[in-house]
Amino acid sequence: MSALETSQATSPDTATAPLVAVEGLHTYYGKSHILHGVSLTVGRGEVVGLLGRNGVGKSTTLKTIMGLVYPRQGKVLLEGRPVTALPAHKIAKLGIAYVPEDRRIFRLLTVLENLRTGLDRLGVTDARKQELLDKVFAYFPVLGERRNQAGGTLSGGEQQMLAIARAMMLEPKIILLDEPTEGLMPRMVTQIHQIIDALHREGVAILLVEQNVPLTLEASQRVYIMEKGAIRHQAKSSELKIGDDVIKQYLGV
Amino acid sequence: MAAVLSFFADFPIELFFIQTLNGIVTGMILALIASGLTLIFGIMDVVNFAHGELFMLGAYVGVIVLSTTGSFWLALLLAALLVGIFGAAMQIVTLRPLVGRDPLTTILATFGMSLILQNYALWQFGPVARKINEPYTGHFNLFYLEYPWYRLMIAGLSAAIIGGFWLFLKHGRFGIWIRATMQDRVMAQAMGIPVPLVHTVAFAIGAGMAAASGVLFGPLVGVNATMGLDWVLKAFIVVVVGGMGNLGGSIAAAIFISLLESYASIWVSPSQAVIVSFVVLIFTLLFRPTGLFVSTPR
Repeated sequence: MSALETSQATSPDTATAPLVAVEGLHTYYGKSHILHGVSLTVGRGEVVGLLGRNGVGKSTTLKTIMGLVYPRQGKVLLEGRPVTALPAHKIAKLGIAYVPEDRRIFRLLTVLENLRTGLDRLGVTDARKQELLDKVFAYFPVLGERRNQAGGTLSGGEQQMLAIARAMMLEPKIILLDEPTEGLMPRMVTQIHQIIDALHREGVAILLVEQNVPLTLEASQRVYIMEKGAIRHQAKSSELKIGDDVIKQYLGV
Repeated sequence: MAAVLSFFADFPIELFFIQTLNGIVTGMILALIASGLTLIFGIMDVVNFAHGELFMLGAYVGVIVLSTTGSFWLALLLAALLVGIFGAAMQIVTLRPLVGRDPLTTILATFGMSLILQNYALWQFGPVARKINEPYTGHFNLFYLEYPWYRLMIAGLSAAIIGGFWLFLKHGRFGIWIRATMQDRVMAQAMGIPVPLVHTVAFAIGAGMAAASGVLFGPLVGVNATMGLDWVLKAFIVVVVGGMGNLGGSIAAAIFISLLESYASIWVSPSQAVIVSFVVLIFTLLFRPTGLFVSTPR
């Protein structure tokens, strides 16, 4: 088959393939086997929740998708294209952004410099950069006020906003959001919820790892429930309620 | 009490001023070498034992360019550029494959490079020291001394290079990438920053700065294969005292230690004055192991 035919054969495939497809991931930290064949998909613009108790491998799943941890087995496909063996910076360029659990703000960089880490890519015009900055400063006015302050001097909630804003600078197709509301005041939790909804309206897909089950069910269209390094259950968010047996069984709430 | 009074009565105030100037001049050179060393350590946790040889290599490139073109400034520029490119190649070949391995492997790799370069220089250029002529030979009167203007030029040029480097780190796209990678390599990579490239460029910059200081310092001492040894030792002390990977701290520590050594050599011989650096190093390691000039914990 010639190269031309191949590309024609694969192009409808990339159009119909889910945005992110994870197939049978097995990830190890040293000798401990963390992921036991995780498979999941996220569609274009879809918000998908990933629920589970502590230590079941939710964060490891996100890290493996991002290329920060290499799986021993399994595949990660972005729009039908395997990205499993790529270094993280290439995966980021292809459209996956990552907001880690501990936020990992560049503490000695100012707010603006933190944002510039994602903004100073090749091929972004100055006008577009300004547009993106204006957008996040509209979403998070506090970041605009503190743009010249060091990231490390921000409060926990502000750092979370900065971590999300920083990911948005990459204009990603999907954001991997790891426990964005952990340790935040209720008012901040509401704001995070609003930002997830806003990103959803813009067509950005989100894979949301959360302990906050009500928030996840409200913000997402589908949820996966993990236990012991594997997906045990999946459902539409509208079909699940806090009191359901699956929720009680796997999450203990 | 009488002893204290007599000390101040005999205090050589003129010598003190001269030594302050000397201390600042050597301090600026040292700061230029140490900034590169601390940059390389801060960004990739590599202790570059070949740094003194990059300094030496820079001085030799300076000698060659100066003897063929006669231009000191071209020699300075080309030395920084060529040794920078050499540094990039060296990083790609020897250090990039060792990322994520035991720190001992990078120590051995850079130490090996240091031996290779030293012996290469000995083989290529021979044991006789070469000379770099200073671009400006004027003097001015300082008390009873004819003080060479060139020494002040060294301090000024070093400060200018460090200042330019600082501005680049502060405002340049690559500067922000370097600082982000220094703070959190993994997150930098997740933000799409090409970390392997950033490492190579940082190493090249460090090498170029070492080479520039080699050319600047060349006129004060002879250029030979082992000229890097003393300096790299001092630069290591400075990097530790200033706080590993802390650029501002290294610059402050370079000037601080050079001043102390200069003052000490008012009373003892310059070769004994080196002891002061080691005393500062030992006390820093004992009481402030994160560095004397670290204000915020990292």
